[in-house]
Amino acid sequence: MSVLRMIFGRISVVLPTLIGAALVAFFIIRLAPGDPVELMVGERASSAEQLQSLRHQYGFDQPLWKQFADFAGHAVQGDLGRSIVTNRPVLTEFASLFPATVELGLCAILFAIVLGIPIGCLAAAYRGSTLDYGIVTLSAVGASMPIFWWGLMSIMAFSVMLGWTPVSGRISDVYFIEPVTGFMLIDTLLSDEKGAFGSALAHLILPTVILGTQPLATIVRMSRSSLLEVLGEDYMRTARSFGMSSTRLIFVYALRNALVPIVTVLGLQIGSLCGGAILTETIFAWPGVGRWMVESIQRRDYPVIQGGALLIAGLVVAVNLTVDASYYLLNPRLRRSR
Amino acid sequence: MKNPATSQLGRAGQTSAIIHQWLVFWRKLRLHRGAVIGLAIMVCLCLAALLAPLIAPHGSTEQFRDAVLLPPFWQEGGSLSFPLGTDDVGRDLFSRLIFGARLSLFIGAVVVGSSLLVGTVLGLFAAFSPKLVDDLIMRVMDILLVFPSLLLAVVVVGVMGPGLGNAMIAVAVVCVPSYTRLARAAAMAERNKDYVLASQGVGAGLFRIIFINVLPNCMSPLIVQATLGFAVAILDAAALGFLGLGAQPPTPEWGTMLAGALRYFYTAWWVVTFPGLLILVTVLAFNLLGDGLRDALDPRIQQP
Repeated sequence: MSVLRMIFGRISVVLPTLIGAALVAFFIIRLAPGDPVELMVGERASSAEQLQSLRHQYGFDQPLWKQFADFAGHAVQGDLGRSIVTNRPVLTEFASLFPATVELGLCAILFAIVLGIPIGCLAAAYRGSTLDYGIVTLSAVGASMPIFWWGLMSIMAFSVMLGWTPVSGRISDVYFIEPVTGFMLIDTLLSDEKGAFGSALAHLILPTVILGTQPLATIVRMSRSSLLEVLGEDYMRTARSFGMSSTRLIFVYALRNALVPIVTVLGLQIGSLCGGAILTETIFAWPGVGRWMVESIQRRDYPVIQGGALLIAGLVVAVNLTVDASYYLLNPRLRRSR
Repeated sequence: MKNPATSQLGRAGQTSAIIHQWLVFWRKLRLHRGAVIGLAIMVCLCLAALLAPLIAPHGSTEQFRDAVLLPPFWQEGGSLSFPLGTDDVGRDLFSRLIFGARLSLFIGAVVVGSSLLVGTVLGLFAAFSPKLVDDLIMRVMDILLVFPSLLLAVVVVGVMGPGLGNAMIAVAVVCVPSYTRLARAAAMAERNKDYVLASQGVGAGLFRIIFINVLPNCMSPLIVQATLGFAVAILDAAALGFLGLGAQPPTPEWGTMLAGALRYFYTAWWVVTFPGLLILVTVLAFNLLGDGLRDALDPRIQQP
């Protein structure tokens, strides 16, 4: 119940934020020096009448407030305009590319959680040892890693020199996979093509590791410090004095209490994960939303930039909401106090 | 009437108190191994940046057409006059990296300086304004935070046109909300303390209270965030450069150098390796120092 009430309470905050995000997405395009239509069309348009008709088509001849009202009104109905380059609706393009980004992002965050929490626990359990020192150092390096360089270096090492993984794309050209769910790993399992799943997996590994490195470093540091704090509590000393083994103590009792700050950090990762996805997708030619945004910017495809930015902002809001809800599920104390 | 002798004494006492504070702070910071390493790297970088024309053997855009894609000196075919090799048009990599340090530190300083200034002023005013204004400022910051920072920077630069200046503006805009939040939170904690009320009671104006009384007591979280902000600024500006939206070639910006090097990682590893390595080391230095400062400035955290 209280989770539901919390979510409804949140919506009153979320709605103005979304409207504000729409305003930002709308006005950013108007920052462009000069006439947006001329910039968009570039050398593609020839005559003045053509420009005028385009200006009318995109509504640039209307007053600003009316342009925004139109944009917001259509956006609510799921119409974010059409791409200038492909002439397909922005929402359709986003929907066709989004699963690729989700697949990559989910794998990266799973990689970070599955490795990060045990490593952080290990460092906390052996606090002050060489192992702890090594883990702390490595996580500091990981947190400072420029993703684009890390990606290039890994391609150079694992794809070019060792030949272990493919250089780019989601799957080898030999396979043709009908998109069912949009998630390549699931689609290849559903299809009859032999070896397709292996190919998809091989293509996914390196981008996952690259995109997961920064979240991994953050989760390791957070679990270590959070666990150290819990291990200092009185009830931990009591448990230890009763002769409980360290493994059981850490993984059964301490970790549960240390989880709330870890989830907080996890929620904060969504922003940097999006930024990382832009870079990772560009490096690995991964056909996802991040690369689409970069390409649209290079092509000055303004409806796509505007709509894509708004969609991603909405996504971040949704993730934040989910994280807030999960606090309530994880921490019973929060439920009772409100 | 003030006795000049005691006032003199008071000032001397104040100075020694400040020196003492700094000594205590330095002792705490020195215990933090990471912070010392970070500080050392930073000093080296600053020296390299300041003395770039003296250290660098060649100019940053000087081309040697007969020495294209030369490997570093320890590999066969390399020469000591190009210690880290040359790039695809025969520019000395080492010299470009050193001039790049200048650029990266400059980017960091400008971005952190401007976003710190704007963010802090907004945050302090939000804390001391009526609820409506406070809400408005913080809501705008929330909206900015909803956009992933690199995405917002990419979009802003993409629309305003690629270039170092626009890239710095974009990254600075993206960094403002974190300072605003910190400054507001710190000022909120100070707002109802006795010294502020006393100052108000004597009739001090809002500006005086905010900037002379409250601001000095809100500095520690801001200093930490500014140090970490240097790392973010350098990383984001390099990422923009890598995407072709930041500094344009032939500017020796580290990220831009990597963008140009993409085609060569089959043949010339050094062109790809060194610029990125320097970004990593620089960002690491600022992050380590920031963590160390946080521990040293936060009285709640005990040194192990």
